[in-house]
Amino acid sequence: MIKDLKNPLSYIYLGIIVIFLYAPIFTLVVLSFNRSRSMAVWMGFSVDWYRRMIADPMILEAIWNTFSIALVSAVIATIIGTLGAIGVTAMRKSRQTVILAFNNIPLLNADIVIGISLMLTYLIFGISLSWGTVLLSHITFSLPYVVLSVMPKLKQTARMNYEAALDLGATPINAFIKVVLPDVLPGIVSGFLLAFTMSVDDFVVTHFTRGAGINTISTLIYSQAKVGIKPTLFALSTIIFAVVLVVLTVSNIISNRKSVA
Amino acid sequence: MTLKKQSLWSAPFIIWILIGTIVPLLAICYYGFTTRDGNWTFNNIIAIGKAEHARALWLAIALAISSTFLCFVLAYPIALILKASKLGEKGFIVFLFILPMWMNFLLRTMAWQVILEKGGLINSMIAGAGLPDLEIINTPWAVILGMVYDFLPFMILPIYNTLIKIDNQIIEAAYDLGASWFTVNLKVILPLCIPGIASGVTMVFVPSLTTFVISNMLGGGKINLIGNIIEQEFTTSANWNLGSGLSLVMMVFIVVSMMFLSKLDKNKEGNFI
Amino acid sequence: MGNTPIIELKNIYKSFGETEVLTDFNLEVGEKEFITLLGPSGCGKTTILRIVGGFEKPDRGSVIFQGEDITDVPPNKREINTVFQKYALFPHMNVQDNIAFGLKISGKTDQYIKDKIQYALKLVNLDGYETRSIQSLSGGQQQRIAMARAIVNEPKVLLLDEPLGALDLKLRQDMEYELIRLNNELGITFIYVTHDQEEALTMSDKVVVMNMGYIQQMGTPEEIYNEPENAFVADFIGDSNIIDGVMEEDRLVRICGEKWPCVDEGFGSRKPVDVVIRPEDIIIREPGKGKLDGEVIHNVFIGVHYEMEILAGGFTWLAQNTTNFKVGSRVSIDVTPSNIQIMHKPQSIEEEAMEIDA
Repeated sequence: MIKDLKNPLSYIYLGIIVIFLYAPIFTLVVLSFNRSRSMAVWMGFSVDWYRRMIADPMILEAIWNTFSIALVSAVIATIIGTLGAIGVTAMRKSRQTVILAFNNIPLLNADIVIGISLMLTYLIFGISLSWGTVLLSHITFSLPYVVLSVMPKLKQTARMNYEAALDLGATPINAFIKVVLPDVLPGIVSGFLLAFTMSVDDFVVTHFTRGAGINTISTLIYSQAKVGIKPTLFALSTIIFAVVLVVLTVSNIISNRKSVA
Repeated sequence: MTLKKQSLWSAPFIIWILIGTIVPLLAICYYGFTTRDGNWTFNNIIAIGKAEHARALWLAIALAISSTFLCFVLAYPIALILKASKLGEKGFIVFLFILPMWMNFLLRTMAWQVILEKGGLINSMIAGAGLPDLEIINTPWAVILGMVYDFLPFMILPIYNTLIKIDNQIIEAAYDLGASWFTVNLKVILPLCIPGIASGVTMVFVPSLTTFVISNMLGGGKINLIGNIIEQEFTTSANWNLGSGLSLVMMVFIVVSMMFLSKLDKNKEGNFI
Repeated sequence: MGNTPIIELKNIYKSFGETEVLTDFNLEVGEKEFITLLGPSGCGKTTILRIVGGFEKPDRGSVIFQGEDITDVPPNKREINTVFQKYALFPHMNVQDNIAFGLKISGKTDQYIKDKIQYALKLVNLDGYETRSIQSLSGGQQQRIAMARAIVNEPKVLLLDEPLGALDLKLRQDMEYELIRLNNELGITFIYVTHDQEEALTMSDKVVVMNMGYIQQMGTPEEIYNEPENAFVADFIGDSNIIDGVMEEDRLVRICGEKWPCVDEGFGSRKPVDVVIRPEDIIIREPGKGKLDGEVIHNVFIGVHYEMEILAGGFTWLAQNTTNFKVGSRVSIDVTPSNIQIMHKPQSIEEEAMEIDA
């Protein structure tokens, strides 16, 4: 019955989609080791592009900007978002609904609108575009994700557990740290990770709110794509892909283990 | 800690949300309804009627609908197979389909540019075989391909998540009552998947409708979508008022499509997070 | 049972991975019979139901339906319908669309479908609920709709997988009578699966007690309750005192050092046996006036009677009585010979395994 879908054809289909998803990435990986500049001819194995990549100040700066903005914005968004989620849960239902509706605006809005509207705001208030404006923008679009990751965990048991801890003689701070936090922590962690990856991945908002000369990995690729892509970017892609693969595989294994245990 | 005290914790968040979303939206409205000199006008909105703008909006809608449809057609069977074969339960297989989502979106788009370019991989291979060039780059097809490639995981995940939540007993009940495989899929599984489909469609349609990156990288400046027009007004042409006016028009389309889709996903079951 | 079997399970084997769930399982179900498969979770009863319904394929053996082998027939082609544990109503359809689902597939006319819905809703006491959404129904109502949805297709056999499990006690008792009535009115064979002995004893014509994939005992509810064939059945059906004893000779058993007259014969002499005595069969007398003297060590009032534990002769006896004997009071217990049930001790390791309560 349901096994109608368990035939070889289904697996072939899955296989084709997997190839479709990975072939382009794999192409970049292969090209990054090509001695030649050419994208079509294999001239032998070399790590030359990697050597050039780590010697390229533009790329290094873009990497630094990308990760410093991601880290700082994710930390700030996580703190403000977690406190926000805790506060909002204590409110009346009707007020929660209103606030969450505002929270959802950046979530549902198109990146390009977020980007240009923030850019206009900075300019209206006379804030010149810089590393800092990119950071503020990233915090703004990450916040809703943090709130939405933390809120469900708080709703479940937090209030009751907190009161139970007080009832058993814990101080409010102790009760929060020992009882509420462990419950909410998975939500905070996933909110942080989400904020971090959203920031690393972002191009559009950064594109509109960055100052002159400030490049992230995304904006660097975009500007090169217009004038001609250099294989150093393939080397960078390969490294990014390897890092993503390792991080996600490890976290996948950890979460699988947890769900088994 | 009283509830009132606790609710104060959210002050920074609420202030940030107000300044970070309301003020920018007001700013875009202000620019959209004024001239450069600060006088009120509707011209920036009406400008959507200009042939090149209308064409760009129309093309964006057409490409977004096509790529959303293609994503659905590709993703739904994947989700069904993952559920039926129990491959999904291993986690790893689902992971395989979601992983590209975490790769930088610019890198993924760049990969297709490299593959499809005039002197790129596919054409060099074809030329090696003595065949004429395949001119797919800089056509709408390349842009659709890029959209499908970039956004496919966003369609697979919510559909799969809704699908695995369907109680197997419900599907068995349908067979038990005499339904064929086809009827079960059409009358039971597909309707129950609608929340997931709705959120998948939102997550593919909105970024496709508003993109300027994919059309720029794979369209070589020849494919102008509404996103490209707006982006150019803010960068090269520096007519922010016109750019804001056109984005307000685009937002209307987004809001309308969202309202339609959120009706389908009443219970927010297909939520991504 | 006299009537012709409508379903026969022959030499069914089924394992899931390494776990063998059913081994050489055989069962005959008569026409119009209300048969209950009773056992703890993991005993294989649900697997049997799923095999009959067509949702699982046996590794070996065959399913015969009205003399025809249907082992390979898919569930949508079987004249058998199921009422699922969690009802499995289609949440995106209203009550009448749920009930009409099977009828529409078999291509019945609109008028026929309409009449059938009316009839079925009346049968389950829910007329007027046609356009209600599933979410607006209580558990009991959903359960009835699930019944209605199954019976409108006029199946020859109705399979019920713990359909009352999610209901509260009062509702469950009402539904038990409802099910008996439906079974009588419709003349459909019911195969019912439950772990609740009270349900099984109340409703069934025939009860099949199962454990670890084996049938432990099969019989009428009275037979199962009054004459359990082994310690597992005795323990599983109601509360029991199961005591080690030695059969001295026919109609005389030694328990706790005392010789008790009983009515069983043919166990040989000086053979170890298991003795089953129901708590309600223990007679409590003043000290010295019964067989064994002891002390009440525990006493709970549970509504109809007092449930007491009495330590006597080195064994803690479970006893029920409408008279209250306070904790600490000295009493003496006795049992009439016909209420002493003698059972063989399990012999082999395999038999032993069968008796481990899962």
